[in-house]
Amino acid sequence: MTLAQEVKQIILEQSKRANVGHIGSNLSIADIVTSLYTSILQISDPDDPERDRFILSKGHASLALYASLYLKGWLTKEELNTYCGEDSLLGVHPEHKLKGVDFSTGSLGQGLSMATGAALAARYQGSQRRVFAVISDAECNEGSTWEAVMFAAHHKLANLIVIIDLNGQQAIGYTEQVLSLSPMSERWKAFGWDVHEVDGHNSSQIINIVEGLNTVDDLPHVLIAKTTFGKGVSFMERQIKWHYYPMSDEEYQQALNEIRGS
Amino acid sequence: MRAAFAQTLADLAENDSRIVMLTGDLGYMALEPFSQRWPERFINVGVAEQNMVGIATGMAEAGLLPFIYSIVTFATLRPYEFIRNGPVLHKLPVRIVGVGGGYEYGTAGPTHHGLEDVGVTRLQPGLTVVAPADHQQARSAFQATWNLPGPIYYRLGKDDKTTVPHLNGSFKLGHTQNIRQGKDVLLISMGNITADVVVLADLLALEGIEATILVVSSFNPDPTDDLLATLAGFKVAITIEAHYITGGVGSLVSEIVAEHGLNCRVVRCGIRNSPDGLTGSQSYLYQKHGLSKQALFETTLRALSKDREVNG
Repeated sequence: MTLAQEVKQIILEQSKRANVGHIGSNLSIADIVTSLYTSILQISDPDDPERDRFILSKGHASLALYASLYLKGWLTKEELNTYCGEDSLLGVHPEHKLKGVDFSTGSLGQGLSMATGAALAARYQGSQRRVFAVISDAECNEGSTWEAVMFAAHHKLANLIVIIDLNGQQAIGYTEQVLSLSPMSERWKAFGWDVHEVDGHNSSQIINIVEGLNTVDDLPHVLIAKTTFGKGVSFMERQIKWHYYPMSDEEYQQALNEIRGS
Repeated sequence: MRAAFAQTLADLAENDSRIVMLTGDLGYMALEPFSQRWPERFINVGVAEQNMVGIATGMAEAGLLPFIYSIVTFATLRPYEFIRNGPVLHKLPVRIVGVGGGYEYGTAGPTHHGLEDVGVTRLQPGLTVVAPADHQQARSAFQATWNLPGPIYYRLGKDDKTTVPHLNGSFKLGHTQNIRQGKDVLLISMGNITADVVVLADLLALEGIEATILVVSSFNPDPTDDLLATLAGFKVAITIEAHYITGGVGSLVSEIVAEHGLNCRVVRCGIRNSPDGLTGSQSYLYQKHGLSKQALFETTLRALSKDREVNG
């Protein structure tokens, strides 16, 4: 099984064990987050001040992050199994007190501002470290996202790399029907960003593009990652229901089989 | 208080490279002592207060010490959830500097009146609130708190001239300042209306009524012990603040009196009405909302006479 498959399997296992939803949102970014943790983020230790920062601004997809932290060895199996439990630091949205989580998120539209500050701090401190933020397409509904977009472009924060999970869905509707975000690439270009369109399920493409970025003196970078909500589980793909629904036993078994066989 | 803040911060920055200042496009003819001395550590983020708080959170996580500046309402209310989920949740040393509490921007209209900022900020556990009574106290409060490990909200006035008699710039976090001793009534004041409260005490003295004045200049930690000790000796306490009567010093005193079962009547002087959209100077608006010296004087006399009726 690939690491991405393991991440997806953990997403399913933990969602089933805790009987909670947000499964589709997690599967949407599983390949992106796995790529970050396996091949992109330079983190020798989660407490190293010079580590790259990662902000999961769409905090409701925290299981993809927890699974990655577990596979890195920064989270034990026992800790992972406390997901959504009493007195657990592993809630549905990430908490910074958990080793490996740089910033608490969960309120959409806040992560990019914090990422921007983290990138600005690196510049102030003369550090080469980079800041990565994964945001959802629906987070671009939030005005505060665009405040940060303008600021980062104005200050040419080349060490800031945003990955947009462009799955076309939000909590209770499709983005094109709720609040159109098209054309996404042109919008970010118009705001002064270095824009790359990628397949959000193609790890090597994501990794290659990030490796080619000038993170020293350039514009801030955005990867507009086309993704499929619920990717890899046929009955979840592009279905609004799987933003919130937990799985029945039968659905869980089928989902596991499809992920393992993919 | 603004000038004291900008100058003191500029001096501190000399020996502390962590200090940076962000403004939400405000502070013309106020922040220059810092911005001209440290241009590379000063950023106008534009009219974007939410982003300003988010940026400050990201910078503080990396070990910097960001001071963010705006008018009271825009510093606290617009980005409130960013403050809650940023510096408060992460326990990071972001300093939120709001200028113009109460009706200092009186003629600017209701959008600029800072009437609930202390209430909403003291509501957040771990967010220290500093509301100095004059520019001398602002300077010493700033010196005493700027390097605390957690987040701080400073409510600064625009007035850099008026001084509160007998305060002499004293400040101790989590304590009140007692600037007048009298046995008949307890006046508890917050913020830049305190100079008027001293005049109120003079007016009362002409009537043979001797007032004690306590200045509350910080919350979280609250000056509970000091208030308790003094409240225990009075039958009537008048709280005075250019703030809604809910959330600020009147609320704090009422909470303490109720929780400890003190035999003291609390009369809260502050703004009670919904905004009516009408503008006016600070002194006019004080008069309109029962905060003029004369109105406070009458309120105090009424409270004392009622107390005599009740207690013989």
